[in-house]
Amino acid sequence: MIDTTSFWIVTILLGIGTFLIRFSFLGFFGGKELPGWLLLHLRYVAVAVFPALVTPLVLWPDATGGEIEPARLLGAIAAFAAGFRFGVVAAIVAGMGSLWLLQALL
Amino acid sequence: MTRPAAVADPGPRTARPFVQGLVDCSPFVLIVVPFSLLFGVVARDAGLDLLQVMSMSVLVIAGASQFTALALLQDNVPVFIVLLAALAVNLRMAMYSAALVPHLGHARLGVRALIAYLMVDQAFAVAAKKYEEEPKMTGGQKVAYYFGCMALICPIWYACTFLGAALGRAIPASLSLDFAVPVCFIALTAPMLRSGPHVISAGVSVVAAIAFAWLPWNFGLIVAALLAIIAGAQAELFFKRRTEART
Repeated sequence: MIDTTSFWIVTILLGIGTFLIRFSFLGFFGGKELPGWLLLHLRYVAVAVFPALVTPLVLWPDATGGEIEPARLLGAIAAFAAGFRFGVVAAIVAGMGSLWLLQALL
Repeated sequence: MTRPAAVADPGPRTARPFVQGLVDCSPFVLIVVPFSLLFGVVARDAGLDLLQVMSMSVLVIAGASQFTALALLQDNVPVFIVLLAALAVNLRMAMYSAALVPHLGHARLGVRALIAYLMVDQAFAVAAKKYEEEPKMTGGQKVAYYFGCMALICPIWYACTFLGAALGRAIPASLSLDFAVPVCFIALTAPMLRSGPHVISAGVSVVAAIAFAWLPWNFGLIVAALLAIIAGAQAELFFKRRTEART
């Protein structure tokens, strides 16, 4: 069971903290011109964050207790191939579809 | 992106960017539905009531950190540690916030606060890609596009969390709904890999995520992201210099 007081403290402070993280640069550097070298780096934020987010989720998922599962590896590869070639919807369909297919087969 | 040409190029530049954002972000409904359902189910299993589940989803709207907080709360970890761990998961959004400054920084403070509240991975990724592809968009169009991206995602996030919490165990674990999360990020990333520097950045990101996976508090993600950002930027400079040297 989760303690009610702890829950509300965590939820409210997590809400405030998360908002401040999101608001940080946008809030405080809003109207300012950013220097060129920074703009150059900021263009790579998305492509730099997402692969690092995905890698542990695919290699050591909580759902398998941190064990590598071939069906998930192959599902991820299928999603990537479909996404690279055809786009977002194809990636989602190929990823979930091949995971379910492989879990049924393996 | 596989969207119809009519949507990608709406003729005059003043065409409704809000609707465009809504359309461009709509595929992620496929991801947000299972992910938020899953949160509702897991939160109810952890013993939270409906009000608690919904409060968390509305106040935080950051699924990954909510799962982290929930898991640690269940293990009776001290409140301070739970907060630190969950906030560390969201630290990446400071980078999103910075990346959006050149595009949305002109907006009024209240609007920027709303943009910040709604800053989820999907909206950021879709909007950032659009802004890069269409540098001619005006500031107002960029803001409208951003809100269009979230107009669909946000209500569905609330509604499906509620549904998951209400339905509870009716959703079988064998569906592996958790896999929707990595699939979502793969779907976001794969279409971005259109230039050498982007490929290099993504490659460094994967390798560094594995190399720094041992770091506590999810800091491996932050280190990997920073290294990958630098790698991408340096690669761009390198390719540019080489092209200039040839001509």
